[in-house]
Amino acid sequence: MEIIVPRRNVIWAYVIVGFFSLISVMTFAIHEYYIYLSAYLWFGFIYGMCLQYGRFCFASAFRDLFAVGVPRMVVGIMIATVLFAVTSALVAATGWSTFHAAPVSIHAAIAGLIFGVGMVFAGGCASGSLYKTGEGNGVSMLVILSISITQSLFVDWGGILNKFVPNSWHESALQKGLPDSINVGDGFIDQYLAGYVWDQPVVTYAQSLGMEDDTLAGAMLGNGLAGVLVPALLILVAVYFFWVRKNYARKLSKEKTTAIGIADHLRGFWGMVMASKRTSIAGLLLGIACGLQMFVIEGLRMKFGVKNAGTILVRLGHDYGISAKGTVFDPGYWYVTTQEAQWVGWMLQKLGMNNMDNIYFGWVNGIPSPAINPADWMSVALIGGAAVMALLHGEFKFKAPTMELALWAIIGGFLMGIGSRLALGCNIGAFFVRTANGDMSGWLFGLGMIGGAYIGVKFFNWYTERKMASEMAGFDL
Amino acid sequence: MAMSFAKKEEGVYTLDVTGYVCPHPQIYTKKALEKIQSGDTLEVVFDNPSSSESVSAMCDNNGNEIVEKISDGGKYTFKIVKG
Repeated sequence: MEIIVPRRNVIWAYVIVGFFSLISVMTFAIHEYYIYLSAYLWFGFIYGMCLQYGRFCFASAFRDLFAVGVPRMVVGIMIATVLFAVTSALVAATGWSTFHAAPVSIHAAIAGLIFGVGMVFAGGCASGSLYKTGEGNGVSMLVILSISITQSLFVDWGGILNKFVPNSWHESALQKGLPDSINVGDGFIDQYLAGYVWDQPVVTYAQSLGMEDDTLAGAMLGNGLAGVLVPALLILVAVYFFWVRKNYARKLSKEKTTAIGIADHLRGFWGMVMASKRTSIAGLLLGIACGLQMFVIEGLRMKFGVKNAGTILVRLGHDYGISAKGTVFDPGYWYVTTQEAQWVGWMLQKLGMNNMDNIYFGWVNGIPSPAINPADWMSVALIGGAAVMALLHGEFKFKAPTMELALWAIIGGFLMGIGSRLALGCNIGAFFVRTANGDMSGWLFGLGMIGGAYIGVKFFNWYTERKMASEMAGFDL
Repeated sequence: MAMSFAKKEEGVYTLDVTGYVCPHPQIYTKKALEKIQSGDTLEVVFDNPSSSESVSAMCDNNGNEIVEKISDGGKYTFKIVKG
């Protein structure tokens, strides 16, 4: 397929790269601390380029498999996860990993299920919606808006939602010794976090096998091999067996007269892995970049003698929106949804809302201005990186959402927002990063997400069948 | 713009899913291919880049041949002959 790239696209690509470069250079000229934010920025830019190049969307992974029998994205995501696991294990073994495992319980699977339905409805996962925004997609912009608003309100909601909080959560939350300013006894998410989630065990595969996360054996064999490579291979074998094997055998039987054996299926399996070069290359680069980001951020923390960007922002004189602990959201790796909640949270506070009396904003993440929020720099640059890639491939196009798609975007974004906060992350923070680092909650969220994708596809099959029947009513088909 | 399916000429149909995002273009394409006869041609028009990969892979898997792919300013037209 020949693609003609207009000259103005190339000019715009230069403008975007120039803009981000200028921000990095000018802020560094103000103070060297800003290189911390620029590190987030350029990793975000790389993620955006990779995601757009590989059409890398977690929503499409199991959705396209269930809906149209296409396995390319499942393969790409498994490749990326395995490679990220390798780079993560190397970083963990040096003791420079920024990763912290999350509590493990059924809540991760339930949250994944809600998130999974949402991402199918919305037409993209949290990271997919960011890169598609870079392609000029108005539906994806609405999805991001919906995720952002839902999260920022959900984490602060009490009122009627307090009635759904079991008394045991309430009592347990009150015993956590949080400051009065957080008002932990009021608000669903506060009591869910402090009264339930924090009481769950935090376990990695390495720890479950009696190894330490920051040893080479624990990181490579426990978390990398047992926690990622083996499950990922099992998923790929299942995908080949149930979705690819029959079609491959049908094609091969036209060329081959002898029976199809194990060696043929191994070639078929490899063919499935290599079927989409773009997705596989993107997976490879994403895996490497994700591990490298942890290494770089931890290195900068050591250089500046800090444990969190909140200290850097205060040293720079930006003390607005810092949490009661003196921290801001600073994961040290790729993350998507929390910074989306933060910018809306920041706006709502500027409009007069008191939303710092909760754990999410007030105790942990803060709501610094998006202009100096490291994670927001990463997300904005991700959109920019995707835009550059789309422009250079002639794929950038502004698309306003139709009423039908706007509705799906808002509903899907709402469900993803709820799922993200219940899981403490999205398809990136709760699945990709946790899984690759041997956190047991990662696959739990992933299983929920697969279930959610299945439900979403079942619904869309019914929905599109109705529309097709009405559109084709006049044809003799 | 709403999805539209039309008969262009005998054995040639068009499916316009411009403006739709994933998974709509690939699901509508799959359903349209299921409805038309073997040997018929379906011209699919869409502007969601990631659907181009999914539709290509889906046709390859199911034995349908894409005889022409046109990309123009972010808009794609695939001519698919049902196998």
